[in-house]
Amino acid sequence: MQRIYNLQDLDDLRAEIKKRPQGKAITIAVCNGTGCQAYGCGKVTQAFMDEVTKHGLDVEIKPTGCHGFCQSGPITVIHPDGIFYQRIKPEDVGEIISETIMRNRIIQRLLYEDPLTLEKITYEKDVPFYKKQMRIIFGNNGFINPRNIDDYIAIGGYSAISKVLKEMEPEEVIGEIKNSGLRGRGGAGFPTGVKWEVCRNAEEDQKYLICNSDEGDPGAYMDRSLLEGNPHSVIEGMLIGAYTIGAPKGFIYVRHEYPLAVKNISFAISQASEYGLLGKDILGPSFSFDIEIIRGAGAFICGEETSLIASIEGGRGEPRPRPPYPAQKGLWGKPTNINNVETWANIPLIIDRGADWYTQMGTEKSKGTKIFSLVGKINNTGLIEVPMGISLREVIYEIGGGIPGGKKFKAIQTGGPSGGCIPAAMLDLPIDYEGLTAAGSIMGSGGLVVMDEDTCMVDVAKYFLKFTVDESCGLCTPCREGIKQMLHLLTRITEGKGKEGDIELLEELCQAIKDASLCGLGGTAPNPVLSTLRYFPEEYQAHIKDKRCPAKVCRPLIRYQIDAEKCVICGLCIESCPEGAIASEAGESPTINLDKCIKCGICLDTCPSEAIIVQ
Amino acid sequence: MIVNNQEIEAKEDSTLLQAASAMGIVIPTLCFHEALGPHGSCRVCLVEIVNGARPGLVASCTYPVEEGLVVETNNTKVLKTRRIMVELLLARCPDSTKIRGLANDLGIAEPRFDKENESCILCGLCVRVCREIGINSVGFIQRGTNREVTTPFQKPSEVCLGCQACAFLCPTGAIKFEDVAEERKVEKWKTSIKLQRCSSCSRPFFPEPLQLYLKEKELLVPENIGLCEVCRRKSLGSRLASILSRKSTV
Amino acid sequence: MGGVGSAGGGESFLIMERLEAIIKNYGFEKRALIPILQDIQTEYGWLSEDLLKQVAQRLKIPSMDVFSVVTFYKSFRLKPIGKYFMTVCLGTACHVREAPEVLGEIQRKIGIKNGETTADNLFTLETVNCVGACALGPIVMVNNEYHGLMNKNKIDQLIKRLYAKDL
Repeated sequence: MQRIYNLQDLDDLRAEIKKRPQGKAITIAVCNGTGCQAYGCGKVTQAFMDEVTKHGLDVEIKPTGCHGFCQSGPITVIHPDGIFYQRIKPEDVGEIISETIMRNRIIQRLLYEDPLTLEKITYEKDVPFYKKQMRIIFGNNGFINPRNIDDYIAIGGYSAISKVLKEMEPEEVIGEIKNSGLRGRGGAGFPTGVKWEVCRNAEEDQKYLICNSDEGDPGAYMDRSLLEGNPHSVIEGMLIGAYTIGAPKGFIYVRHEYPLAVKNISFAISQASEYGLLGKDILGPSFSFDIEIIRGAGAFICGEETSLIASIEGGRGEPRPRPPYPAQKGLWGKPTNINNVETWANIPLIIDRGADWYTQMGTEKSKGTKIFSLVGKINNTGLIEVPMGISLREVIYEIGGGIPGGKKFKAIQTGGPSGGCIPAAMLDLPIDYEGLTAAGSIMGSGGLVVMDEDTCMVDVAKYFLKFTVDESCGLCTPCREGIKQMLHLLTRITEGKGKEGDIELLEELCQAIKDASLCGLGGTAPNPVLSTLRYFPEEYQAHIKDKRCPAKVCRPLIRYQIDAEKCVICGLCIESCPEGAIASEAGESPTINLDKCIKCGICLDTCPSEAIIVQ
Repeated sequence: MIVNNQEIEAKEDSTLLQAASAMGIVIPTLCFHEALGPHGSCRVCLVEIVNGARPGLVASCTYPVEEGLVVETNNTKVLKTRRIMVELLLARCPDSTKIRGLANDLGIAEPRFDKENESCILCGLCVRVCREIGINSVGFIQRGTNREVTTPFQKPSEVCLGCQACAFLCPTGAIKFEDVAEERKVEKWKTSIKLQRCSSCSRPFFPEPLQLYLKEKELLVPENIGLCEVCRRKSLGSRLASILSRKSTV
Repeated sequence: MGGVGSAGGGESFLIMERLEAIIKNYGFEKRALIPILQDIQTEYGWLSEDLLKQVAQRLKIPSMDVFSVVTFYKSFRLKPIGKYFMTVCLGTACHVREAPEVLGEIQRKIGIKNGETTADNLFTLETVNCVGACALGPIVMVNNEYHGLMNKNKIDQLIKRLYAKDL
């Protein structure tokens, strides 16, 4: 690799990359994101490479980052046409090469079938999952090999930092970011331009930047997929921030549970350094910036800014009182600007195309797009990027393809353990910072967990409390003692031991914990309880008063029975019961001894004639 | 700044708690100690910022004074929330006299929550004082509900001086030292420290490591080294006596 | 198994040399405590008291600080792990797809709770709050291999397979 010394060098390199013999007319992009790797895409990629070599074909096999449509993994897109094959196994590869590549024939069996119309869809752009999306940030994942910086440069990468260095004063950059209306994508939605300005104006020689990739909300993995699939966009965003704020050093704090993200971003940093796009004298003599990667060690609270700082400093990830804010006194007491991965990835785009272009997307107060992970009881699980303001209905039914098994949609959980559950009645709610907050939830980092009629909302609230009890650092009284007592109360309710006054006590605790906690983890922990109390009070009442779990989830409140009419007396349930709780008289359908039954549900899964009923 | 409707001037870089104390306003605290700086963990010292850039409840021990802030230290909201903090701590440590007293002051008879049987409220005063002394014999481990204060690897401490500063500061009496024969024992830290014998009466009286520590820091008066309190007084007495007798002979 | 604590003379010399190399790699900097511990764990599988004390000594920090930090973060292991390290994802997406049932079934089958290792050192069971492969939920990871869309029957087969492999 040759070092780039100035802006002209970069332009020359870009031109050279674009001119490179594009001999390979066909590119097969194979998704190698973590999701597809879990499906075994590694073997598929290898099979493609072997097959291409075997036939001596002039085809490029490009392992890319996540394409988003995780439900259909492993995914392959054949460019330039954009033929979309899904659920590919290594056995399918030979056929793809011999049929599609060599004979131009589409393999019907590997195409995506629209579950609504049953129509087979050939091209990626026609897949309903992608149609409503606006993938300005995430879309490039499908075109670039994250291990190859030239791929990023070829699509215009590092031109935003060039533009900044060439013609923009730091104040102008801040102005542009402010005008774009960009708000932090990590949770609270604080205006990014204002944050930068405070840190820029702090009078200190040493300043730091941090990229917060401690994406801890369960069911949210968009930041990981950006780091995995397009790491240079994050680096470029940080470069622009470094120049603007005047920070010579940055850190990327990544969860250790994301090994591939760590690998890809490390690789990207070393490639950028070799080109001279990181390190000393970047694109000229006056600008230097270094990035260090820090791997998280397994603590959700480190997503909170001050805890993250404590963790980088080498200690327990415990939050610190604010003020002082990190922008004034952060890492090692120096002014520190923290943004999350997606926020950083937005920056080059805004600089490249301008705030005017950016503000055309979104709502009045929430501009641009947002990447969400759409998971849970939904047909099309995956990562989606949509304009702010899109309705929940569009997301769930048009992009998500609705609820599996013809079940009824019940609620959608946004914002993870700090967020809330939004009921079916609010399906037309536009998704933006204000809308979600007004609904008692938050944007959070972008997890959307869909729940159907089989989900018990009291159980969901309990689930999140368990999560926060588990992840609280335990420093302050309200978070440590308060959430624990809330969990005790909810556990009793789900065991049928709830009593009058429990709801009021819960509400009182919620308010106190919100008001008194030291950091955001405690301050938002009551949200899942408050929102379910607000929208599903009748479910709480059913548990407390009628000792009944309407969704039949809470074990102590359900009973298993055998429907003698449906029972075919096969005896499978008797054999499968781990507790020996099922027995039968000769020739009669068996009965369940409720004293012995532990409600594990194995009989329900084993019964061939659906004779086991849950009440 | 305005605190409880009273206009005041506060020293720059002081906290709301300090400013209030200077005015004679009492705000209850548990995890705060003047010598150790703020910790912000017990949340008993909450006050409300009713007018400022970020209104809401804050811990007065950590919140710095700001020009133009309007603060109330005992309005309904503050008291209600403070009560719950103390009620939660009372549920954790129902047998602590200190917490019970605080609860009584706030009108709480019994906690409405599940009671536990702890003696430590995790205020961290012991941890901080031990760090201040430079010994770091105890610290926090685990997190959340499993958080506790203990010694390295939960084993008898190899560095404890037996100085008892932790016990002296502990608001709930969770740490108790006891001198038994030649050892100073502290059950909470599963640790025993050897006591040095008085060089005069040979009674075990002073922790050996503490003596070394004080020597190193040059905090001991040379002639007192090795003498127990009684013998020290005796020695002082006899010296005084000899001085007096010399004077009288002149 | 034994671990570092009980390693013999020659072996323990090698271990100390390796440890020294890791710490040196971070320039003996106190702030690198976490990455140092991560690297040591990668090397040895878990962190023994001896190792932790060595780290404290080399970095010139109180051993209390090291103990405080390792017990704060979930990924540090203070006990040896079994041959099969099973991680059950309890993320929200997995939760609503009945991950708790899957976890219960594993606990019943191998007879241990979360965070424990079986007496024969074959299985260690842990839970994690989301591995970010939600399309495959509920997910169980065995060492670094993903097992997606799990249910009680598949757990049964998986564990049988693992037992069989070990015979």
